[in-house]
Amino acid sequence: MSPDTCVGSTESGSPQLAPEVDAGHGLDLYRRMLTIRRFEERVYLLYLEGELPGTLHQSQGQEAVAVGVCDVLRRTDWITSTHRPHGHALAKGVDLRAAMAELFGKATGCCGGKGGSMHLGDPSVGMLPAIAIVGAGNTVVTGLGLAFNLMRTDQVAVCFFGEGASNEGAFHEGLNFAAVQHLPIVFACENNLYGASTPFHQVSLVPDVATRAAAYGVRGEIVDGMDVLAAREAAGRAVAEARAGAGPILLEFKTYRFAGHSRGDVRGYRSREEEAEWKERDPILRLRERLAATLDEGVLDDTDAQVDAALEDAIEFARNSPLPRAEDALTDAYATVISRESTS
Amino acid sequence: MTVGAPPATGERRLTIAEALREAIAEEMRHDEKVFLIGEDVGVPGGFGGAFGVYLGLTEEFGHERIIDTPISEKALAGAAIGAALMGMRPIPDLQYADFLFECMDELVNQAAKMRYMSNGKLSVPLVLRCPVGTANRGAQHGQCPESYFVHVPGLKVVCVSDAYHAKGLLKSAVRDNDPVLFFEHKLLYGSKGREQAGGMDLTAHVPVEEYFFPIGKAVVKREGTSVTVVATHMSLYRSLAAAEELAQDGIDCEVIDPLTLLPFDEETIFASVRKTGRLVIAHEDTLTGGWGAELAARVAEECLFSLEAPIRRVASHDVPLPVAPVMEQTVVPSMARIKAAIQRCCEG
Repeated sequence: MSPDTCVGSTESGSPQLAPEVDAGHGLDLYRRMLTIRRFEERVYLLYLEGELPGTLHQSQGQEAVAVGVCDVLRRTDWITSTHRPHGHALAKGVDLRAAMAELFGKATGCCGGKGGSMHLGDPSVGMLPAIAIVGAGNTVVTGLGLAFNLMRTDQVAVCFFGEGASNEGAFHEGLNFAAVQHLPIVFACENNLYGASTPFHQVSLVPDVATRAAAYGVRGEIVDGMDVLAAREAAGRAVAEARAGAGPILLEFKTYRFAGHSRGDVRGYRSREEEAEWKERDPILRLRERLAATLDEGVLDDTDAQVDAALEDAIEFARNSPLPRAEDALTDAYATVISRESTS
Repeated sequence: MTVGAPPATGERRLTIAEALREAIAEEMRHDEKVFLIGEDVGVPGGFGGAFGVYLGLTEEFGHERIIDTPISEKALAGAAIGAALMGMRPIPDLQYADFLFECMDELVNQAAKMRYMSNGKLSVPLVLRCPVGTANRGAQHGQCPESYFVHVPGLKVVCVSDAYHAKGLLKSAVRDNDPVLFFEHKLLYGSKGREQAGGMDLTAHVPVEEYFFPIGKAVVKREGTSVTVVATHMSLYRSLAAAEELAQDGIDCEVIDPLTLLPFDEETIFASVRKTGRLVIAHEDTLTGGWGAELAARVAEECLFSLEAPIRRVASHDVPLPVAPVMEQTVVPSMARIKAAIQRCCEG
């Protein structure tokens, strides 16, 4: 259903943006999407300025998927992510300062500096270190679902992956395995049209990843990934089904990454017209317009300022954090190391 | 519960298959988080796993804890890794170690690295059972690929060759918090391989009482003073048989089963080499880049001035495995090749 048709009022008079989403909730979704957008913009500049090591993959444009899906998850639910994980991490609740510090390679980072941009995660909020091998999360996530079933919990796991991963063997094996084991998993495909520079239509004669669900006997659904309320609504239904034992479900979010694939990508493989069309559907601007119909503009401006301040704080925190000790590079490969003393 | 070396004799002798079954059953009774997962592991009327190790377990533990999967090694490995990350203790079964290559990403990029990438917050406690070994099955069902995994920080690699250590090590591996690859030789499960093992008895005493054998500890199978022979699986038995023959020629072999290849109990080997001054390494994995090369390098680094002769390695030749028995036995390290290498090492 179109969220635009859902604007109304509850009996208490609180304005509704959609069923289960009142204006306050909508403002929270807006704040979280904007946090991801500003995070991506700031870290991109910090990388270009040489303050951050390595490379990065930005997700501007895809914020509605991360925030919409994670909004219907509990803290005890889990997600797996990809080489483009910043949005997923912040949406699932990884601390903003800890995420920023991880990109700075600092000891206070959520992975102590061992993970970096492509392996952001925090088990305490239900996120594995992001898995930067395309499609690899699609098999690992089955184990999360299997464990929830074996332990008889009602937890759910969500596997974020791109349309490019749908051509990996791991996509097939993971979805089939999850299907025959009836696992509480939502496979959340972010179809942003390009695998690095390669358009999806060149590498798949099936234009919609969701239709592949039929091959595994599971439900597939196409969702507007540029609309956080639509994303949230579809994810809410899928997660509820999975929690009730009717998983797995394959959701395909049609979305677009406004930035290049990685740091140095000048996007010569797509037209500026196409980019402009998708930017017309910017999920943050769309939600802001909707909120402006029910909230005071000043509230939105204040939120913008709060997000900017939080980013400033996170950057300062990361800048001022200590580096990891060099010798910490040699720990944590093993849980139990066999010491020479104990074996002689 | 005891830890350590087996008693020299005992009444109850088991095959490796029986010992493994007992270890799995004990650990499944001990901890409800332990479960089996693989192809053909619990199908009613099925095989009890490719080599019958699980026969009877489904009757006790049911299909919820003995989970049959599609032929889908990536999913199987991924499911085991994911469940382990959530605190379960899966025992995935791959039927043939040759199929490990189907799930290399899961093992090398996920299982081995998740703990490190999470800065120690997560662990991956699983035991992947991998049957290896030449048995007239050809190039894709007889490899000994353990050396690939010795190269992967984050994994532990175990090679068992007798029932006593198989049981004690499997129980330790199930309780270990790291991913363990557990390599077993197909010809050593029962008594079929006895002839190829130089007529050695392939059963071993296994006490009724519970015991564990630690990961990372080698055992001296035969004490000697002339030369140190380090060998696994069938090569271990062939080395022991060669040692018996060489004893008649006055060559007194010390034969060591390393049992764990990663982490390697190098101190036991170093101590032996410092005593004997000579080292022969025998394994069915191929020669180039095999774990024997790593051991030779470490001994050269730490014990060079104890060595009285060059280190000798006996391994499968660097070719894929043929099926025809006459060719197959040319490729794998025979007792004659091992014996010749020991003699050559002792000439210097």
